[in-house]
Amino acid sequence: MQLTILATTLLLLTLIGFYLGRSRAVASAGGNRRQLHSLPGYHGVYVALWCGLPALFIVALWLVVEPHVIEALVLSGLPEGMTDVGPGQLSLLINEIRNAANGVSFFGEPNPAVVAAAERYNALHQIGFAAMGVVAAAAAIGGLAWARRRIAPNMRARNRVEKAIMAILIVLSTISVLTTIGIVLSLLFESIRFFSRVPVTEFLFGLQWSPQTAIREDQVGSSGAFGAVPLFAGTMLITLIAMCVAVPVGLLSAIYLADYASPRVRSVVKPVLEVLAGIPTVVYGFFAALTVAPFVRDAGASAGLDVASFSALAAGLVMGIMIIPYVSSLSDDVMNAVPQTLRDGSYALGATKSETIRQVVFPAALPGIVGAILLAVSRAIGETMIVVMAAGLAANLTANPLEAVTTVTVQIVTLLVGDQEFDSAKTLAAFALGLLLFCVTLILNIIALRVVRKYREKYD
Amino acid sequence: MMVMDRSNRATAPTAPAPGAQAEATAEATAGVYGPLKISAQGVDVFYGDKQALKQVDLDIHENQVTALIGPSGCGKSTFLRCLNRMNDVIESARVRGTILLDGQNIYDRDLDVVTLRARVGMVFQKPNPFPKSIYDNVAYGPRIHGIGSGKAELDEIVATSLERAGLLKEVKDRLHEPGTGLSGGQQQRLCIARAIAVNPDVILMDEPCSALDPIATARVEELIDELRENYTIVIVTHSMQQAARVSQRTAFFHLGELVEVGDTEQIFTSPRDERTQGYITGRFG
Ligand SMILES: Nc1ncnc2c1ncn2[C@@H]1O[C@H](COP(=O)(O)OP(=O)(O)O)[C@@H](O)[C@H]1O
Ligand SMILES: [Mg+2]
Repeated sequence: MQLTILATTLLLLTLIGFYLGRSRAVASAGGNRRQLHSLPGYHGVYVALWCGLPALFIVALWLVVEPHVIEALVLSGLPEGMTDVGPGQLSLLINEIRNAANGVSFFGEPNPAVVAAAERYNALHQIGFAAMGVVAAAAAIGGLAWARRRIAPNMRARNRVEKAIMAILIVLSTISVLTTIGIVLSLLFESIRFFSRVPVTEFLFGLQWSPQTAIREDQVGSSGAFGAVPLFAGTMLITLIAMCVAVPVGLLSAIYLADYASPRVRSVVKPVLEVLAGIPTVVYGFFAALTVAPFVRDAGASAGLDVASFSALAAGLVMGIMIIPYVSSLSDDVMNAVPQTLRDGSYALGATKSETIRQVVFPAALPGIVGAILLAVSRAIGETMIVVMAAGLAANLTANPLEAVTTVTVQIVTLLVGDQEFDSAKTLAAFALGLLLFCVTLILNIIALRVVRKYREKYD
Repeated sequence: MMVMDRSNRATAPTAPAPGAQAEATAEATAGVYGPLKISAQGVDVFYGDKQALKQVDLDIHENQVTALIGPSGCGKSTFLRCLNRMNDVIESARVRGTILLDGQNIYDRDLDVVTLRARVGMVFQKPNPFPKSIYDNVAYGPRIHGIGSGKAELDEIVATSLERAGLLKEVKDRLHEPGTGLSGGQQQRLCIARAIAVNPDVILMDEPCSALDPIATARVEELIDELRENYTIVIVTHSMQQAARVSQRTAFFHLGELVEVGDTEQIFTSPRDERTQGYITGRFG
């Protein structure tokens, strides 16, 4: 609430800064706009930036630093003996004070010292916030006044605004990059902890996956088997089945859409195909588990085959249907992007439609098509829900699509679901699997880029 | 150097229809033109409801360059595309009338478009080599039509076609590099070689030099003059100088109508229609 008021105030100040800057620029040129180096609007933005950015920076800094300062102050005001405890106890205590300060109490009658500390906490928080508001507003007004004073006809406001915009963009993109790096690093560190208990070689090359035995701490590393090969084999098997469905169907429908369908048909069929991508995967999951898996089992039984009720085939088939639009929609786009002049050139030589598609359109669109397929592959590898519901949990190392298999993503889910010790090998194994999966998709993407670039060089 | 046999798909020309024969004879005896190759009679073209060509009658003679000129949007390209039925590719286009190629109506129901296009090649405004090697670009047509069975035969066709398009010397060491890597003028000559490779009778060119620089243009114009010996050429151009340089006969189109057709020299020196006069003296267009 208070924060909203503060934000609104700062926004208003910024807006005022914009108009003041603009009118000041016009005035400084004596009404003759051609004397201005930059358009008046740029002067306005210049002042607005000087008004808004410092205040924003102060607020952000405050929000990060304030809790720590207040905590330290509150803790130092507590009676002697209460703070001489371990770090775990201390954070519990701090939580208790915070809860009391917010009027929540879980532990019946609270300790009077805690109540006092909570009051102190609230008071400090109030003061702190007020101080921040004043400082921020002062910074905004100061910045406004300073920037406004600097406005002159020959000030290069446009160039400065452009620089500021670039800086803002850099900061924002840095945030996304840093987040990614942070996630990867946390995966890496947890994986390193895992590998200190289970050797890397066992994880990478072990043929046995049965983490269930490692639930109790006294059994860690003694009998749990953490060989990831069956999981990756299962992932690959299901992905392969899915691609066997999605690539032919997707590519052929893309060809139909791009070169055979009339514009009317295309405008209906393409969105309908894309709806397939919008169906929640959990819906595909129970479709796979309740319809396709029994069908596959029964069909197999009538053919005299022994099919598990959860089979890789069922999951792969449904996953293939799910990723058809990834292949078809993107491939259709790239084939449409092949210039009509190339098609005309081929038709004019007497080539038929299918010859033209096979020999001109398809090769020219190949880089994009490969990209589409690899995108679909990484989608398939990362898919979880369908496999959880239709492929089962048994970590069989098999190439037989009629047996139950499990995948990396499914195992990550099962490792983390339920009450787990956070530093047991079982939980940490999830991070290691995640890291490995990340590496696999990364390599896949790199290969995709390579392929695309290679053909680019050759054909453009 | 006619090494290429017409494929099994490109049938030999049928005997000319009596009428066309008579006309051709009449003009041939006048001593001005070669035998009649194409005769368009009452051609109308519609794009949807819009009429782009109105009752066009035009005769095109063998071993001669016929230029189609006129202000832009007057239907030159549309007419050109009628001659190899490239308008079939355009969804909204409808063609009415008769176009006889060697006396046979190319809009007959039982005429095979593939065969027709093997006999009537086309070069486009913007060079459009396929994203393949130079060799594969030229070999594309022969492969489609099953001309040149062995590799040696295909090599021969590719070399001859490039030679005729005046490109062989420049590319013979890089036949297997992409055709898209050539300069604009070379690309256009590659497209001409590609059209020649299926051994057509007629080559249609739609403003083949409009994307080229003056030197490349001069090169292509020279080439057109050389090709006249073996092929019948119809060229659309927006440059009157080009029409004057390369063509023997010129047809002037205006607003979808064929206004005037005659010897190039006559069209440019003493046009009969005042619209033609207006166009060539630069009053409009
Ligand atoms: N694909 C098309 N669809 C609809 N109208 C077209 C199409 N192509 C050409 N036209 C129309 O037909 C007329 C003749 O066009 P075109 O033959 O390209 O003229 P030119 O080549 O003489 O400049 C123009 O008015 C043009 O707008
Ligand atoms: Mg045109």
